[in-house]
Amino acid sequence: MKKFTAIFAAAAVIASLSACGGQTDAAPAADAKSEGVMTYADYAAADVDTEVTIETYVQDKQGWWENEGVGNATFYTQDKEGGYFLYNMPCSKEDYDLMVPGTKIKVTGYKAEWSGEVEIVDAKYEIESGDTYVATATDVTDKLGDNDALSAYMNQYVTFTGLTVADRDGAAFTYGWDGSGEQGSDLYFNLNDANGNTYTFVVESYLRGADSDVYKTVESFEVGNTVDITGFMYWYEGPQVHTTIATVK
Amino acid sequence: MISLKKIKSHMMAFSLSALALGLAGCHGGNARGDFVMPESFDDSRDIEIVFWAKNDTNKTQTEIYAKCVEDFEALYPNVDVNMKLYTDYSAIYNDVITNISTDTTPNVCITYPDHIATYMTGSGEVVCLDDVINDEKYGLGGSEIRFDGPSAGEIVPQYLGELELSGHLMGLPFMRSSEALYINKTYVEAMGYEIPDIPTWDWVWEVSEAALAQNPDGTYAVNGQDVMIPFIYKSTDNMLITMLRQADAGYSDDEGNILIFNDKCGQILKEIASHGATKAFSTFKISSYPGNFMNAGQCILAVDSTAGATWIGSGAPLSDIHDSKKVDFETVVRPVPQYDAGNIRMISQGPSVCIFNKDDPQEVLASWLFAQFLLTNKVQESYSETEGYVPVTTKALNDPEYLDYLSKGGEDNGEHYQVKIDCVRMILDNIGNTFITPVFNGSASLRNAAGQMVENCVKTVRRGGRVDDEYLQGMYSDVAQMYRLGEQRVNAGSRDLGPLPKTAVILLLSLAAAWICMGIVYFRDVLKAKKSGKGE
Repeated sequence: MKKFTAIFAAAAVIASLSACGGQTDAAPAADAKSEGVMTYADYAAADVDTEVTIETYVQDKQGWWENEGVGNATFYTQDKEGGYFLYNMPCSKEDYDLMVPGTKIKVTGYKAEWSGEVEIVDAKYEIESGDTYVATATDVTDKLGDNDALSAYMNQYVTFTGLTVADRDGAAFTYGWDGSGEQGSDLYFNLNDANGNTYTFVVESYLRGADSDVYKTVESFEVGNTVDITGFMYWYEGPQVHTTIATVK
Repeated sequence: MISLKKIKSHMMAFSLSALALGLAGCHGGNARGDFVMPESFDDSRDIEIVFWAKNDTNKTQTEIYAKCVEDFEALYPNVDVNMKLYTDYSAIYNDVITNISTDTTPNVCITYPDHIATYMTGSGEVVCLDDVINDEKYGLGGSEIRFDGPSAGEIVPQYLGELELSGHLMGLPFMRSSEALYINKTYVEAMGYEIPDIPTWDWVWEVSEAALAQNPDGTYAVNGQDVMIPFIYKSTDNMLITMLRQADAGYSDDEGNILIFNDKCGQILKEIASHGATKAFSTFKISSYPGNFMNAGQCILAVDSTAGATWIGSGAPLSDIHDSKKVDFETVVRPVPQYDAGNIRMISQGPSVCIFNKDDPQEVLASWLFAQFLLTNKVQESYSETEGYVPVTTKALNDPEYLDYLSKGGEDNGEHYQVKIDCVRMILDNIGNTFITPVFNGSASLRNAAGQMVENCVKTVRRGGRVDDEYLQGMYSDVAQMYRLGEQRVNAGSRDLGPLPKTAVILLLSLAAAWICMGIVYFRDVLKAKKSGKGE
């Protein structure tokens, strides 16, 4: 075992030295991609099931969990061009803790689409040092009513203002999709835009649990409230924002 | 078959694990001792029990559970049932496992037999019901029961038998379901195919491939849309398990031996992969719910649980897709595809219930009474009517009210939704054709591994890879390692499970001999080293 560790350490040192040796030019600018890494446009144009390699920045993450001894987590990530949803990416708890908002990572995986949500699955990652990036939420309120326009912001951090809490099964929200859950389950709520279009939003419990501010705020919603919502533009058979901030006006 | 070279490295871990379990013995883990039925139920003090319930993301089901708790508490006013709701069996399983270590398991929980086998290891302390069900006062249909519950003879024997683990009854069935092949009859007949009473795999693959025909503009001929996934299977673990059973190929046995890595399994996986490559076939994990695609006219053949029947079909009362995406079509229900239409094999599944032992026998008795209450006609019938579930008691199945419900199939798209009731009838017609897989500590992992292999094969071909013998060898090795297949196969046991099988005895003796040999070699080397004065 000691021998293996020594060999591994030596290899790591050699690898890092050769990597340094390759970087003779100045460090790339924040938006420049490393060699072999796709731009967001390349990624968006890639077919489902093709292998993709991207560089992106962690914006948020769902809870870490183990499956058959393998750690996993789902990450919301974004670069300055677009968003990438990393579904159930195997990662150690130590790395999970390191991957705080802004952390730059290089990810190789397969592009997939599940019920309309474009994501990267079966992914591997490297944490990259250097620059960080935390996206500011883009206001896409004016895109409501046009799913094609909204889908252009898929997986990005977005915000909506001045929406009205609509009735959902006789209440302002439900625990679970149809009210079959209980406190701690995903919170679903419907919001109307100014044109009367109704959209379903969710507080995903693995992203923001029952103790979070957003969860409690949505629990305090009343039908007819005017609210602002910020979150990630997730997609399930249509837009379904994973909400991280809710404000009652 | 899995290569010897790759499996070799896993053998030591397996050997040590098997030896440790073997040495632990069959009686390990039951710190409290067996539950002994009290002479009488104590009404004089408050008793609190915790019930972890699973629903199918179905509000009506949660309401039925709540009513069941309310009605039970009315009969036993000193018992307080605290219910926690889940929508996922694996979440209950994970929470039970977590709580076993802190002795905070629930009193009663909805579960799968595979999971009970795991709960029985260590200090899980699942109550054995062998004697409990026959107790004169408090057993099934006992003299002191305050409700009209079923007798032991009124539980469908096949369903009760599914809870026998190593010859001991470790739980009760709660509901039973199976899988069904849901067919868009309108589109399939428009393609020129007749729908057989018992569809075969050959028929399903042929129709699926034919449904990929495209118009000159690139849309699919069958639906005129840009999207068509002809055949989607929801549960790929069930898919492979069922295909293996239909083909009389190995999966596992009662001793917990892993038999899945066989040539027939390879042939089946290649067959599935060939249709994954053309995209005539996909899975829930890769694409999404079959019902969503089917209701949008983008899938014509779907295998899903009968407990998902209310989500499938033009008039389905439940739906995740926008009304504007739905299309009109007629849905027919058939048994899952078969290799031999004359020898139907379909899986039996559905929730069961188990009870955990506690220090206070009165608490356990209250738990047992509540578990029995779940089998009363009112609960059985109302819950079964929420989906394509079948009650587990003949008492409910023969109840005139239930028979009246079945007779009204198609009268509305709610309570009497045709597809749902067709599913129930299909199960009732095939009770004798259902099967279950052997349950042992590790059987849940084997099930997951089966599904993983189907997913891996389909993903691989979709990504341009090949599923050939070399690929399968590597995948078998990876899957065996990931799911630790072989490490947990000594049966769950806080109870006497009888003599070890001969193969296990030989294995353990071989292991003991190996350890003795290693010990001899080690001490010989130490002695040699001491003699030469070099030390280590």
